[in-house]
Amino acid sequence: MNGPAIWAIYKYEMFRFFRTLMESLASPVISTSLYFVVFGAAIGSRIEQVEGVSYGAFIVPGLIMLSVMTQSISNASFGIYFPKFIGTIFEMLSAPINFLEIVIGYVGAAATKSLIIGVVILITAFFFVELRIAHPFAMLLFLVLTCLSFSLFGFIIGIWAENFQQLQLIPLLVITPLVFLGGSFYSISMLPPTWQVVSLFNPIVYLMSGFRWSFFGAADVGVGWSLLAIAGFTALCLGVIWWIFKTGYRIKS
Amino acid sequence: MTAIVDVDNLTKTYDGGLTALSGVSLRIEQGEIIALLGPNGAGKTTLISALCGITSPSSGRATVGGHDIVTGYRKARAMIGLVPQEVALEPFERVINTVNFSRGLFGRRRDDALTEKILRQLSLWDKRRARIRELSGGMKRRVLIAKALVHEPRVLFLDEPTAGVDVELRRDMWRVVEGLRADGVTIILTTHYIEEAEAIADRIAVIDKGRILLVEEKTALMTRLGRKTLRIDLREPVEAVPASLADYDLELAPDGRSLSYHYDTRGDGTGITRLLQALAAAGLGLRDIQTTQSSLEEIFVGMIREGAA
Ligand SMILES: Nc1ncnc2c1ncn2[C@@H]1O[C@H](COP(=O)(O)OP(=O)(O)OP(=O)(O)O)[C@@H](O)[C@H]1O
Ligand SMILES: [Mg+2]
Repeated sequence: MNGPAIWAIYKYEMFRFFRTLMESLASPVISTSLYFVVFGAAIGSRIEQVEGVSYGAFIVPGLIMLSVMTQSISNASFGIYFPKFIGTIFEMLSAPINFLEIVIGYVGAAATKSLIIGVVILITAFFFVELRIAHPFAMLLFLVLTCLSFSLFGFIIGIWAENFQQLQLIPLLVITPLVFLGGSFYSISMLPPTWQVVSLFNPIVYLMSGFRWSFFGAADVGVGWSLLAIAGFTALCLGVIWWIFKTGYRIKS
Repeated sequence: MTAIVDVDNLTKTYDGGLTALSGVSLRIEQGEIIALLGPNGAGKTTLISALCGITSPSSGRATVGGHDIVTGYRKARAMIGLVPQEVALEPFERVINTVNFSRGLFGRRRDDALTEKILRQLSLWDKRRARIRELSGGMKRRVLIAKALVHEPRVLFLDEPTAGVDVELRRDMWRVVEGLRADGVTIILTTHYIEEAEAIADRIAVIDKGRILLVEEKTALMTRLGRKTLRIDLREPVEAVPASLADYDLELAPDGRSLSYHYDTRGDGTGITRLLQALAAAGLGLRDIQTTQSSLEEIFVGMIREGAA
């Protein structure tokens, strides 16, 4: 393992993030605040309580997940797509490093960024609603795992994408709907029975449920299932990355 | 002496089916400067890319510093610096950051003194805080060179470093190259400028259609090139070369109006003075004289044509 090289990539990517810290943080914080105003205050005042929690508080885990997932994907995919696009990837390929080290550097940085954003949103939430976290360590674990696995996923998208449209395609077409339908803003148990069954095929439901459990102690599905789902997703992404590594898919001609 | 770069029967066929390198073998000695010359699409960049790890060779093998470029890629690549043909830099990054990043990528600890030295050599020190997009094209090229040098490579690939570069930068660049040569760095450069190869390289390799056509010491080539032709246009056409001029090996044009004399510029005497006197003595009136030199270019173009035939 070429530790210093991984560190160089990581630092470089993080540097970019801190250089545009305001922009990086402003948009998730502002949009989350808007969600609080719209869902929490306006709609929430009519919903009152879900599973014994005020609606404003109930949507906090969902909002964090929504931001963390989309940020992980866009950070990681853009992070690797950009050097491919402008050609600076040659430097990575001709350095004494292997693909896994490149992955660790880029994915590590992307995951760290979204983790920071997730934590900032959580802090923002405290300004809007009264919030207690039942299982802080489990919460952190879910948060970190989500950041990691979705950054891996984003990295794959960045390698695969051949233009900017493709880069946007998966997040827009797949992730956003799955997140919205994944119980971010409601409990699965509020759905009609058929839709509850359909929901069980949505992997995001498991992540959401586990994450919300770490806040409020109540879950739609068992916590074990949640962990299994995220571990499975991570393993799947790692498998694809290993395949890219072996074949040089879309990076080496 | 063992070769620092040893390419053995390297072949590269791109996915589309195009064979850009077919069975290239080349041994490059430690400390030499070798120029790769060849027309567009000859495979120069492909050869460099394969050696640097940017493309995977289809078959054959190569070592750099004794390390196989595939199985020993870490050690091989650690020795290599690459200045690519295309300028690829992050537009919003600052010069100094991107240079330091390159060193980090090679697993080397930051060395501010070295970075400063390199940036100064390339007249970039004043621009170190500038963003890449604020630089001129030539400056960007220098940044690429700085990035390639900052991890202290032993083998440097320069892929058309002087394309679109002004005289001053060229001079800067050759000064840097001279310094590197003095440090024993091996340099492989591609260029379309034959004078450039002449001026700087120890050896010249000609590549076309993925094959090495020739590798030769520059001096040997230059000797071949040292031959010049003096053409003498005569006032009045002659039937044959006068007997008094038989010693000079003159060639008479079919129309009898001009004589050609071949001579070696490197010889002690070219014999031109004596020839002109002999011409006057023979009573031939001269209308005009001109000299021509076969350039490397002509030799190469001839060679490439032969290769195509
Ligand atoms: N990534 C690629 N995929 C497919 N074909 C390629 C690729 N890169 C280069 N080629 C082809 O391989 C051949 C050799 O190209 P290469 O870039 O090595 O030439 P070159 O000698 O560097 O030319 P130039 O002097 O124009 O830079 C060309 O026919 C080119 O079209
Ligand atoms: Mg080229």
